[in-house]
Amino acid sequence: MANKEIDEISGVETTGHEWDGLKELNNPLPKWWAWTFYASIIWSFVYFLLYPAWPWFGGPTKGFLDWSSRGQLRQELNDARAQQQALWDRIAVAELAEIRTDPALLEFAMASGKAAFGDNCAPCHGSGAAGMVGYPNLNDDDWLWGGTLNDIHKTIAVGIRAVHDETRDNAMPAFGRDGILQKQQILDVVGYARGLSGQTTAGANLDDGAIIFAEQCAACHGEDGRGNQELGAPNLANGIWLYGGGTEEVIASIANSRNGVMPSWDGRVEPTVIKALTVYVHSLGGGL
Amino acid sequence: MDDTASIYEHEPSLYAEHKKIYPQKVSGTFRKLKWGILGLTLAAYYLLPFVRWDRGPNAPDQAILVDFPGRRFYFFFVEIWPQEVYYFTGLLILASLALFLMNALAGRVWCGYMCPQTVWTDLFLLVESWTEGDRRARMKLDSAPWSASKVGKKASKHTLWLIIAWWTGGAWVLYFADAPTLVYQLATFQAPATAWMWIGILTLTTYLLAGFAREQVCTYMCPWPRIQAALTDEEALNVTYRVDRGEPRHALKRAAALQAKGEQAGDCVDCYQCVAVCPTGVDIRKGIQLECIQCGLCIDACDTVMAKIGRPSGLIAYDTDLNIARRQKGEPTSFRFIRPRTIIYSAMLLAVGGLMVSQFLTRDEFDISVLHDRNPQFVLLSDGGVRNGYTVRLLNKQLEPRTFALEVSGLPGSRLQVVGIDRINGGPLEIEVAPDTTRAVRALVFAPANANSSSPTPVTFRAVETVSGERIEVEDFFKWPVR
Repeated sequence: MANKEIDEISGVETTGHEWDGLKELNNPLPKWWAWTFYASIIWSFVYFLLYPAWPWFGGPTKGFLDWSSRGQLRQELNDARAQQQALWDRIAVAELAEIRTDPALLEFAMASGKAAFGDNCAPCHGSGAAGMVGYPNLNDDDWLWGGTLNDIHKTIAVGIRAVHDETRDNAMPAFGRDGILQKQQILDVVGYARGLSGQTTAGANLDDGAIIFAEQCAACHGEDGRGNQELGAPNLANGIWLYGGGTEEVIASIANSRNGVMPSWDGRVEPTVIKALTVYVHSLGGGL
Repeated sequence: MDDTASIYEHEPSLYAEHKKIYPQKVSGTFRKLKWGILGLTLAAYYLLPFVRWDRGPNAPDQAILVDFPGRRFYFFFVEIWPQEVYYFTGLLILASLALFLMNALAGRVWCGYMCPQTVWTDLFLLVESWTEGDRRARMKLDSAPWSASKVGKKASKHTLWLIIAWWTGGAWVLYFADAPTLVYQLATFQAPATAWMWIGILTLTTYLLAGFAREQVCTYMCPWPRIQAALTDEEALNVTYRVDRGEPRHALKRAAALQAKGEQAGDCVDCYQCVAVCPTGVDIRKGIQLECIQCGLCIDACDTVMAKIGRPSGLIAYDTDLNIARRQKGEPTSFRFIRPRTIIYSAMLLAVGGLMVSQFLTRDEFDISVLHDRNPQFVLLSDGGVRNGYTVRLLNKQLEPRTFALEVSGLPGSRLQVVGIDRINGGPLEIEVAPDTTRAVRALVFAPANANSSSPTPVTFRAVETVSGERIEVEDFFKWPVR
C-alpha cells in the first residue's frame, strides 16, 4: 500500500477518492464507536432470547417473554372492552328514551349500533341503511311496523315472519296466483291504489278499482289506504313503494304478494346490542 | 514474511483511542458569562415544572404541562390541542432561523453557551474539579496507581454525577405529569413504571454524555458543526486567534532579545494556556475548526496571560478573518452586522413569528365542522320532502361548559332537527358542550315537499354562543334526488 497518499495539512491518509479537488480523509473511527457496535450485537442476543426470533419447526421460537403481536392485540381489545363495559352496563338498565337524551350514552349507542348494523344488517339494508327494492330504507319516515323506539326495538328483536314466538307476522293474499281477482280487476285496483299518491294508470277503471279496494284491501290498508302499522300493512297513499311504484311492479305485488322476511335477533346478539341498534336506526332520521 | 503481513504492518489503526481532555480552570469575562447562563438555564429546567398557573377547576394548574393522556399541551396562558401541532412546527422553524441568525452574527453562540451538552458538561467538569482537583491534579491522579484516596475521589465524583444525572431525568418527567404529585409518588416509591423508566434512561444518557462522551458528542454526533461550516461567512464574528498580532511566536525573554535586535516578534508567547483550558482540546491558533464550540474560554485564558506580561488583551478575541487580512494590509477594521444575510434571517424570523402570533391571537375559542352523510346522500320522505343528514361537531376550547344554538339557513322553508336534542317550546336547538372538548351531534335538515333543485343547494350552519352571542358559520350543501 505504498501508493497511499498522506494529506499535507492534517497528516491523515486519504481514501484516494476525490471530488472536484476535495479529497476524502481516512480518519480512524473513535474506538467507543466500535464498542457501541459490539454492544448492539450483544443486545441482539438478549432480544433473541426474550422475543420471537428464529424460524423453527412448528413455528418460530417463542422467547422467554412469551410476547406476540396477536397477544398484544388481544390484550388491547380486552382492555378496550373492559372500558366499554361501564357504558354497556348503563345501556342494559336504561330505557330507550333515556339513552336518546343522555349525550354519553347516545354517542356510544350510535357508534356501537353503527358497528353492529354493519356486521348484521348491512347485507340487506345496505351500509348506509338506505335499503333497496324489497328491503326497506331505514332512513325515511315510512315504517311498516312502526318507527318509535319501542316499535323498532320489537321489530329487531322478534323479526318479521321469523322463527320467534312473537314474530311480526301477517300475510297478504296472492290475488292473482290464487285466482281471487281477474287480470282486469287487478289493473283496476292498481289504478285506484296508485291514484292515492296522485299517479295515473292506463287502462284502469278507477270506479271498479275503488269497489275492489274497499272489499279486498281496506281491511288491512285502511279505507284511505294509509296502512296499519299494527298489522304491518304499508301506507299506499305516500310516495314510497318498497317494491317499486310503477304499474308493472304494483301489479306483481298484488298478483303474487310479497311477504318479505327479516330474522329475529333475539338470542343472536346481546340484548344491549339490540338496544344500541334500535337507537342507531332511530337516529338515522326516520325515527318517530 | 508474506505480502499480507507487510500490508497490515503499515496499515494505520482503524480505530482511534479516545484522548481524555483535562480542561484547566479559568476565570474571566466569558467564564462569568457561561456560569451565569448555566445557572439561569439549569434553574429554569429544574424549577419550571413547579410553577403553578390557575386555570380554574376544569384544567390542571401546572404552568408547563405536556398532558399526553388528555391530549393537551399547557404553557402558561396557552393551551394547544393536538390539531394545533403546527405551532410547534412554527417554533422549530423560529428556532432554526434564530440559530442561523446567531451564527451569522457571532458564530457558534449556541454551541458555546446554551447547548444542553455544553451546559451539563460544564456542570460535570465543575464536579470533577471539586473532587479531583484542577487539570494537573487530575492528570496525575489518572496516571497514579489505585489507592484508597484515588478510589475515594473517583467514587465521590461518580456519585455526584449520578445524583445530578438522576435529577436531570427526574426533572424531565415532571413536565409530563403534575410535578408535586409525581415528586411525592417518587419519594414514596408509588410512581408509575413509565416515570422510573424514563428517569432511568435519562440518568444513563446524562451520565454518559456529560461525564464521558463530552466533546465527542459535538465532534462525531452533532450535525450542526457541519451545517454551521456551510452557513458561516467571512463577516461573521468567530473566536479568532489574531494571527497578524501573534506571529511569530516566541517565549517572553527571546522575544525581548529579538526585539532589541530590531527583529520581529509576535505577542503570542506560546504558553499553551488557550489549549489547556479548551473543553474540546483544540488549538485555536490553527484557525476555525470543526471541533471548536467557540465558548470563549481561550479568550479568558489568553487575556489573563497578556495582563500578567503587560501586553494588550485581545490576542484571541471575537473577530473575523476579513479583519485580520485588513490589518495585515494596514486597512481599518470594521464589523458589518447589517448585511443581506442578517437582514434576510431577521425578516424571516419576524415574518414567521408575526404569522404565528397573529394566528394565535385570532384563533377561535370555538369551532364548528360539518360532515355531510355519504350514504345515503339524501332521503326521500313519505310526504314527498327530502332530508339530508350531517354530522356537526362543535368544539369548545374554553374551560367552562358552553351552550350553542344551532341554526341552518340557505334553504327556504327548511327545518332542522338534532338527534337527542328537543326544542323547548319551539325555542332554539341548544347544544351544551363540556369544557375543553368537542361534541358531535347528528343534524337532520328537511326540505319541504315542493322544493327541488337540479344542483346541490349551498346551506350555512351557524352556531351561536347563547351567552356571549359569538357566532361561527360553516358552509355545506343540501343534495337532491334526480327526479
